[in-house]
Order: sequence, then C-alpha cells, then structure tokens
Amino acid sequence: MHEVEVTVTINGAMRTTTVEPRLTLADYLRDTCRLTGTHLGCEHGVCGACTVLVDGAAMRSCLMFAVQADGTEVTTIEGIGADDGELSPLQAAFRDCHGLQCGFCTPGFITSMTAFLRDNPAATDDEITGALAGNLCRCTGYQGIIQAVRQAAGQNR
Amino acid sequence: MSGVTEGAARYAGTRINRVEDARLLTGQGTFVDDIALPGMLHACFVRSPFPRASIRGIETAAALAVPGVQFVFTAGDLNPSMKEQWHTSIGPRSPETPRPPLAEHEARFVGDPVALVVATDRYIAEDAAELVVVDYDPLPAVVDYTTAHEADALVHEQHGSNVIAELAALPESALDDVFAGAAHVVNETIYQQACAPVPMEGRGLVIDCSPASGEITIYAATQSPHEVRLFCSRLLGMPEHRIRVVMRDTGGGFGQKVLVQRDEMCVMLAAPKVGVPLKWVEDRRENLLAAGKSRQEHAAVKMAFDADGSIQAAFIDFVSDCGAYPTPWPVMPAAAVGALFSGPYRVPHASFATKTIYTNTVGRTAYRGPWQFESLAREVLLDIAARQMEIDPIDLRRRNLLRRVDLPYTNPIGMTFDDISPMETFEQALSMLDYDAFRREQATARAAGRYLGVGTSSYVEPSTPGHGYYGTEAATIRIEPSGMVNVYIAGGSAGNSLETTVVQLTADALGVRLEDVHTIQGDTAVTGFGAGVAGSRSGSMTAGAVHATAQILRERMIAIAAQQLEAAIDDIELANSGAHVRGTPSISISLADLAGVAYFDTAKLPAGVAPGLEATARYASVAQSIWVNAAHVCTCEVDVETGQIELLRYIVSEDCGPMINPNVVEGQIAGGTVQGIGGALYEHLAYDTDGNPITTTFMDYLIPTAAEVPMIEYGHIETPSPGPGGYKGVGEGGAIGSPPAVVNAVADALAPLGVRLTRLPLSPDRIIELIHHGQG
Repeated sequence: MHEVEVTVTINGAMRTTTVEPRLTLADYLRDTCRLTGTHLGCEHGVCGACTVLVDGAAMRSCLMFAVQADGTEVTTIEGIGADDGELSPLQAAFRDCHGLQCGFCTPGFITSMTAFLRDNPAATDDEITGALAGNLCRCTGYQGIIQAVRQAAGQNR
Repeated sequence: MSGVTEGAARYAGTRINRVEDARLLTGQGTFVDDIALPGMLHACFVRSPFPRASIRGIETAAALAVPGVQFVFTAGDLNPSMKEQWHTSIGPRSPETPRPPLAEHEARFVGDPVALVVATDRYIAEDAAELVVVDYDPLPAVVDYTTAHEADALVHEQHGSNVIAELAALPESALDDVFAGAAHVVNETIYQQACAPVPMEGRGLVIDCSPASGEITIYAATQSPHEVRLFCSRLLGMPEHRIRVVMRDTGGGFGQKVLVQRDEMCVMLAAPKVGVPLKWVEDRRENLLAAGKSRQEHAAVKMAFDADGSIQAAFIDFVSDCGAYPTPWPVMPAAAVGALFSGPYRVPHASFATKTIYTNTVGRTAYRGPWQFESLAREVLLDIAARQMEIDPIDLRRRNLLRRVDLPYTNPIGMTFDDISPMETFEQALSMLDYDAFRREQATARAAGRYLGVGTSSYVEPSTPGHGYYGTEAATIRIEPSGMVNVYIAGGSAGNSLETTVVQLTADALGVRLEDVHTIQGDTAVTGFGAGVAGSRSGSMTAGAVHATAQILRERMIAIAAQQLEAAIDDIELANSGAHVRGTPSISISLADLAGVAYFDTAKLPAGVAPGLEATARYASVAQSIWVNAAHVCTCEVDVETGQIELLRYIVSEDCGPMINPNVVEGQIAGGTVQGIGGALYEHLAYDTDGNPITTTFMDYLIPTAAEVPMIEYGHIETPSPGPGGYKGVGEGGAIGSPPAVVNAVADALAPLGVRLTRLPLSPDRIIELIHHGQG
C-alpha cells in the first residue's frame, strides 16, 4: 500500500513520518510514535478512551486517520502535565478524589475534560455531568470522576 | 492479628492518595497492548458467524498469500499440541466442559474461534482473516436456555444432554408441610438477563518464546499472573519455572480475567510455533462476542410466612444459561445461589434445586458476585410478599433480619454466619435516608401524579475463600541496604488499588514512612505464588501475608536496635523509619543504620540474629470464608409517560470491618453498585432467536454513563472479622446489592398501577408495557 507523508506537532514536537492512509490517528500515536497513553477501549467512537486534542479540540483518535491530522497540533495525555512531571490541576483533582481505579479510561477523561474546562472554566454541576457522559468508565461508578471535575471547575468559579 | 504486636497503625484507615496514580494519570502505565517487542507479530482470530455449524474444511491459501502474513493456524495445527487444560482452582478431576483451543469439526457459538492468522501487523492480520474461507454447514442451534433441556439438537454431543448438571439439597417436597401450614405463601419466577463484565481493556497477551533457552515470557491482561503461568505450563507440558508471567497494569477484570479461556489457549499454543514474540489483543467486538457472558438465569422462588410475617421457609429452583464453553465449570456457582438464597435472615427451613444448561451462545464466565441472583430473587420476592401481606417492606425485614444475638447463625443449608451486622447496616441506611420523611414525600408526589419509590436490599456474602488454591498468600519484604523497603506480592490488581493497600499495610507493620515503601507485583519471576485478585480476597490475604513477613523483620530490627542503643528489647519501638527507646525518642537509630549493620557490619549482630533484612512468609487463611454484609437503599422517580427511571438517592451501608483505605473501599462499592445499576436498568448482552448476538458494540451494549448515576452515600459499620486486622473483602458486594434495591424502588413507585416486576432490565419500553398490562 502506498504511504503518505504527514507532519504533526505532538505535545510540542514536530514529527514527519510516512504512514499508510488507513492508519488511524490512535494507532499512529500508539504504534508509530510509541505514545501509548492513548488507549483504545472500543475502536468505534463510543467510549472516549482514545480522546486526544487536535488543534485544541477533543477528538476520538480511533475515528480519525493519521493523514487527517497532517499539519495539526496534537496533545495527548503525555502532554497534559508540566514538563517536570507536575500534574495539571485536573490530573491532581482526579488523584485527590479517587477518580481512577484501573486507569485505562483515565487518559480519555483527562483530555476530554481538559478541553471542556478550558471552554467552560466555571461549569455548573449539570454541565459537568453532561460533558462527562461522552466517556465510559467501568471501575469507579463515576463518583470520583464527577467530584474531580467539580473540584477543578470550583477552583475557577 | 493475635499474637503480633504492631506499631501503632498510622496509615491503615486513612484516605491516602494512591501510589498507582502518578503513572496512570500521565499516560505512563503499562497495559498489555503497550508492550512492543522487536520482531513481534500480531494475531487475529477467524470466528464463526454461525451459532452452530459443522466445519467441513478451511481454505487458507488466499490468506497466506497476503504480503506480511506468516501463519494461518487451524485446529489441526494447534490442538494436537495441547497437553492438559484445567484451572488450578477447579482441579484436574472436575467433569469440565471439553475446551478445544480452536473449534474442531463444529462451531458452537457466534464468535467461536476457528482459525488464527499471524501477520506483521494487526491491519494485515485482519485483512487476511477475511480471506480465510471456512466451509460451514449450518446446524440447528440451541438458543433459548429455558427450552434447551427438551431440544433435539445437542450443544455437546458427547455429553448426551443440554443439561450440564442438576444439583440440589433436600427435595422441594420436604418443605411441603411447612408451606401447607403457613399463614402466607408467596411465589414468583424471577428472570435476570445476560450481562457482561466489560472491562474497559479487553483480554490480551504478548508471548515471547525463546527457542534457544526454552523460556517463555508472557505479558498478560490478567487478574492472576500465577494462574496464567500454571495453566500455560500444563497446556504446553512445559515446566513452570521456565515460564514467567508479567502484568503491570490491567484495565479492569471484574472476574473475566481470572481464568484462562480458549482464545488465550490458542495464542499460548501458537507462540512456540511462531518463534518470535506474538501479540493478541482483542477488540471490543470480540470482547462482547467471545469473552463470556454472565447472569442470564431465572428461578421459581417461594417463601412461607407465619401470620405476623416471620419467614418460615424458603425454596429456590434455579436455572442458569452457561453457553457453549462455560469457564469455570458452572455447577458450583449455581449451588452457591441455592445455599445463600435465605440471606441474612432467620429462616428455619430452606432448600434449593439448581440446573445448569448448555446453549449455542458465548460461555458463562465469572462476573463480580457470580451468585448475586440469590439476593435479587430473595429481595424482590420479599417486597412482593410485603405488598401481598400488606406489611411495610421495612417492617417485614425488621422482623426477620439477623441480629447480634442470633450469631453465630447456621442457615438451613449449613452456612454459618458470624461477625456480621445485617440489622445495623439496614437501620443505618434507613436513617441516612430518613425513611418516614421519604414516605411523606412520596405520598405528596403521588397526589400530584408523580411516581416515587424506595427499595432496599440486604445481603451477606462469603469473601476471602480460605481453602485450596485460594487459601494462602505470600509476601516478600526486602529492607534494602539504604533502608528503603520493597514488598513483593503476587498481585493481579486490575484497578483494585492493591499497590496502595500493600504499601499502607507494610508501612504500618514495619513502622516506616509511607514514602519509603515501594511494591512490586504481578511478576511471577520475583513474587511467591498467589491466587490473584478474585473472591474479594486481596485485602485480607495480603494483610495476612504482610503481617507474617513483617513480624520476622521486626524481631530482627528490634534485636539490632536494642544492641546498638544499649536498651532492652522490650523497650524498643519501631516508628518513623527507624527504632527508638520507648519514651525517649531522642535515643534512636535509623532504618538505614539498622540495615547497615544487618548487611555490612555483621560482626555487630547480636548472637543468633541472621544477617540481612529480607524475609518471606506465607499466610494461611484462618477461616473457610469471611462473611461481609451490607444494606442498599435506593429511591427513584418513574416517568409513567416515557418509562424513564431516574435514581434520586443511593445509600450503601456496608460492614467490611476496619477499612485499610476508605477511598478504596468506597471506590469498590461505587464501581460494583453502578455495574449493578447497569444490569438492572440498561445492560443486555442480547441474542436474536436464531442465536445471533446483537449487542457487540457500545452503541448496543449500554453501560451507565456519568449522566445516569446518582451520587452514592456511604455508611460504615465496623465489625471485625476473625482474619488479619479484622479486615473483610469488599470487592464484589456493590454488584450484589444494587440490582434488587433498584428493582424494588421501581416496583414501589409503580405499585399503585398494579405493576409487578420480575424481568430485567427495566428498560423504558418494558416499563411502558408493564404500566399498560400490569404483570411482568
């Protein structure tokens, strides 16, 4: 299969690679770039575990091809915290509120809610619950996740 | 723990943050699909599209011609290499279902693995799988488990019947006199639909075989790395010590990753033939198609009551659908439903009958609280009984729940409950709700045409199985020469916070600072045998193992400190990562200095004290099981126009003994409770009448989202168990308690409309139908 050149800025570093046109953005990030924090929970766009930020917008990387990300800036879970390893306020809130157990869905929640709180910094509880409904978690019953996002939003209110 | 003097607990009981979180929050976890080895190939299964079909031939040439395809294995290639297949917890002598790795001659459910394609990447393997041509001859399928016993077609011809087994206690007729003489008798048949555990990460393996050394390393998504090793050893006929299983992060299990199934067997058998590392990671469709189903069962249940509502007798006739390849043998879990049906109540007479059934559907597997139907059936029946007898359902339970004075209590089947608090958890949950206030609110709402309801459920469950394969657990603790501590436990944590738990327990047991303790789990090369995460066992068993090992080290640390500080042994206290003279903290020695003597200055060791600060010990359980109980209370509002159910409040009062970390305890309760809410309201692993699975995506198999769940309120009663630290298991209870509480709340809301709920899930269309037709 012929390959196509793509240039993507991932977590601040520009990278040019040739990829098959059918390679999903998720597999490009995980297998080509070895950024394995982006997880695949369903590969049909429902669970949200694979969410990354593409030019700032929360996107399901299982539903995008790598070639569609050509020329964009992508932020993955590996790029959410500070370079020195300090957690973002949202990541810290997840830790403080027991917002994760197995941690498989967590990167998608963090990326999705990072975009949501940027756009809705003082979101109400109902708005938060509605925003969270796009991601699936099977461990926590969402209790700690809801509290974590409320805590992070509360810091902005 | 009796006989062991501990330093004052400082970390157990506190809500410390998890040690797992730093890596998991930043994308630095290591799940099985994150493993990439040089030269690694990728496997993809060809699966049967028919529920039952003869396999007349398989043509692989077109698939093998795809560039990048290295192997296409069929049953003839893999199955003859299989030596033995049995699970350690079940043993070799159980009348197990035969488990051909790949389907031989006959496919028995949609998703049955028929061939295995191995290629240089997963995309190519999937392309090639579509080019494998299987000549199927479709056969009549056994789909409906309720009629399977009389079907002409047989799922397993050689078994001679679609009934796997019938296991019963006293015959139903033995209770005839009690039922005939009872003031009230209540009968119902209650159905629960098929659900799936649905961990967010599916199953997966990476297997690295070294032909030169004869060693195998397996990276696995598992709840039990040592069982993966033992199973693989028997499967391949290879000595166990040549096999190493490693798991770092597993993305949920809920029972599905306790035991090795056929797909994993195929990958284990293929890997030595492939000769380079082989990866198989299932996708969501495969997980919902082939990883197993749970629940799917029903029972005719009845209870007899005297005139004042005291239970006189209980009987359950239970039937479960076990699919084509149940794992494990499903007969004993069915018996557990029968044995526990009378629950945490005074019930003078009880018995049960169980029947397990083969069908041409995916096999039954364990799922959090595998016997939870006993609670669903009992608690729903009790509410039906209360309505029939015109007694408040709360009063009915108050008359019958076990009280402290009743303990120990042996139920009619022979289960002896002790160290539980059913009445206390029930009353605590009701007072958190303010039951009387809710009834007033409900009456006001009904006058306004709104339908509110309240439901409860109470259960007692056996945690921490204390026998056989599950009966022991080992810990190795190494206090390194620097004074830093490493604790090694078999592991298998799939979100259970077992690293945090073990670090807390070890820090307290040795009197060291939390930040000085690290834990290594999930690597069979460096941890002693342990059965993994199952049966709500890890809290109690790891506490026992850590305490037993720490005691060896404490004695050594105290002896060295006494000598160094010129004090009596009885005057030494271990705290703050060191030792000091009791009452005189300034006379102290650090753990680093103690370790320095133990490793590098052994001439200074007191007589008879061994060098080094490393120890291993194995704890053997003190009880057959540790009983744990809880009460769930739920309120809801039902929209009688749309059938929509909104849960208003959800309260759990649980008695798991002292809590090691309340965040972890409440997290386990929440996760289980919401899985149970999903089962009651949304989830259904459905098949059409021809045996085709129709819920193989998350658009069809509906698990709860944040928008559906109430905020859970927790109450804790603390009755210590006889086990280490008084701890009990808390992993499964939430999933046991919540379905009946939700069903009873909805039934209570709709009682004025004459609705009787006996089938799950309570989907909006079912609610609307019941409102129009009454009986469910």
